[in-house]
Amino acid sequence: MDSILSLLAAGLLQSFEPLNLAMIFLGCFAGLFIGAMPGLGSVNGVAILLPVTFLVPPTAAIIFLAALYYGAMYGGAVSSITLGIPGASTAVATVFDGRPMAQSGRADQALMAAAIASFIGGTISVILFTGFAPPLAAFALKFGPQEEFALMLLAFATFIGLGGDDIPKTIFSILIGLVMAAVGFDIISGQPRLIFFDMVEFQRGIPFLVLAIGIYGIGEMIWTLEHTKGAIQMHKVDFGWKKIKENLGRIKSYLPVSVMGSMLGFFVGTLPAAGATPASLMSYGLAKSFSKDGDSFGKGNVAGVAAPEAANNAASTGSMLPMLTLGIPGSPTTAILLGGMIIWGLRPGPLLFAESPDFVWGLIGSMYVANFVTVLLNIALIPVFIRVLAMPFSILAPIIFILCVVGVFATTDRMFDTWLMLLLGCIGYLMRKLNYPVAPAVLAIVLGPLTERAMRQSLIGSQGDPMTFLERPISLTCILIAVALVSYPLVSNMMRKRKAASA
Amino acid sequence: MSVRMAELMMGVCTLLISLGLMWSVTSNDLTVGWIEGRGPGAGMWPFWLSVGMALASIWTLVRWMRGITAESRNNDPYIDPETVFIVGITVAAIFFLLVLTSVIGLYFSMMLFLLFYIKFIGKHKWPVTMTVVIAMPVAIYMLFEVALNKYLPRGWPFFENIFLHIDDFRYAIFS
Repeated sequence: MDSILSLLAAGLLQSFEPLNLAMIFLGCFAGLFIGAMPGLGSVNGVAILLPVTFLVPPTAAIIFLAALYYGAMYGGAVSSITLGIPGASTAVATVFDGRPMAQSGRADQALMAAAIASFIGGTISVILFTGFAPPLAAFALKFGPQEEFALMLLAFATFIGLGGDDIPKTIFSILIGLVMAAVGFDIISGQPRLIFFDMVEFQRGIPFLVLAIGIYGIGEMIWTLEHTKGAIQMHKVDFGWKKIKENLGRIKSYLPVSVMGSMLGFFVGTLPAAGATPASLMSYGLAKSFSKDGDSFGKGNVAGVAAPEAANNAASTGSMLPMLTLGIPGSPTTAILLGGMIIWGLRPGPLLFAESPDFVWGLIGSMYVANFVTVLLNIALIPVFIRVLAMPFSILAPIIFILCVVGVFATTDRMFDTWLMLLLGCIGYLMRKLNYPVAPAVLAIVLGPLTERAMRQSLIGSQGDPMTFLERPISLTCILIAVALVSYPLVSNMMRKRKAASA
Repeated sequence: MSVRMAELMMGVCTLLISLGLMWSVTSNDLTVGWIEGRGPGAGMWPFWLSVGMALASIWTLVRWMRGITAESRNNDPYIDPETVFIVGITVAAIFFLLVLTSVIGLYFSMMLFLLFYIKFIGKHKWPVTMTVVIAMPVAIYMLFEVALNKYLPRGWPFFENIFLHIDDFRYAIFS
């Protein structure tokens, strides 16, 4: 425990270094703005701004992106409450009560509750993170390639079992992501693979950012253009220091649901397929179920704003736990962060704690600082964000498109990749319209090379005997859980049909 | 085209892509099995993933035929005319942005793109339009070329020469 505290203290000191502190402020500010814009969330912000971070050292870069992730979770509530449009899917549940509160002239109260609950969620989750991360990383040091492969399978299985999407479409999405990761030279023999139409550009492979920016930049903006058509109606908000003071006195009314949402959010966030959106919806559902005044939910109950906001912030921290300790991202945003870490020359996973303690503890320390910075910036800048939100989509959209093109080119130095980004963005949009989930494909393209390497190393080590995956207890456990997760929706579906037939 | 028809077409396309990937692996003489003394062949991973993709596509098509998916029962238009316009014009504008980038460079093409999108699609006033049209390339130039030393495409020599003058101007100021 002492060693954790001393490492944490070092991390906190590191986060107060001028560059890192500047990155925290910048990240929180950018995140708040990005989270507040309809159609943009943490995943879009991280994907589009990742190339910009190559300007600074890896620790400052991850601090910036983690702060952005945090800020976006806070910012999502602003548009949910004032516009009735969630800034991102993670803030959908905030609309349920945030919008009615704004309609009844209590937007200031909803915005404050969202900020305070987010702060509570962030604080509780980062404390849990500090406690859980080192032992989990120490445990994961026992992992060999078999366990790594089994863990990857588990991550993919979680998407199938808990994702709640169409199963064959989810499987297709995962597999196409893995295939895209396999394009280029084979990692072991060096033979060229999947060089489509003999185009030499494919020999360098498909960088994950091309798919991520294509889907979360181009595809998402097209999706938002289709759904909003620029018709956004904003509610008037009366927000000043007097109102802030008044609202601070009301914390007691939503403190218990915020604490509950924080705990729930953290643990749901650690699951690869779950993340902040289901966490916030579950937290909202629980708050409603346990409330003495359940009927008022959906009509402007402040607890209905606080519960999901605490949960989505806690989940964003929770999703970083498996990313840093096991090398498995807990959300699409952390999948992109993980890809970024690989670009920076770091290998996410248990060894990261031993090999790059400055990086890990600097990040953890920054989470504490970022939480304070974000809540202060959020409350101080709410009037500014409300004005910015009035920016028409016909100005925002072309700016985002340009950032996507520039971001991809700056990362790969190839115009070919910008064309590929446009193509993948359009395909992703068309598939999403048919209920094909796109997040598993992004997760798979990031994890693809790691999964293939782990599988082939295991098979080479065992002379081709696939039983090697079942002979090691941790690997076997992961595979059994993966099988159970994949079977769960199929079995429950069959049982439901039988019941219906017998009734 | 209805959503129902779109799902069928998507299922067929994904199946054909999967088969194409399998063909690509085998036609390039990549081993899909075990190579004695060396381990799994280079084609094993992509080949069996493609098989999985084909099976998932067939599964989706079977569900479509049996009317299990919500999309297979939905006869609404896949993309309504209003969406076709806004999405079509957006994709076309990005397409020309990329085409022109190779000719006149990214900076000039992004100015044209912003002008077209903000003035002619967004119908904003000239002061707003020109502010964004000028501020955006300047911000990108400062961030990527000045701060990151990352040179973005500048197009044919004539347009590249214009930027050499801008670079000279920048060096004169910052050095």
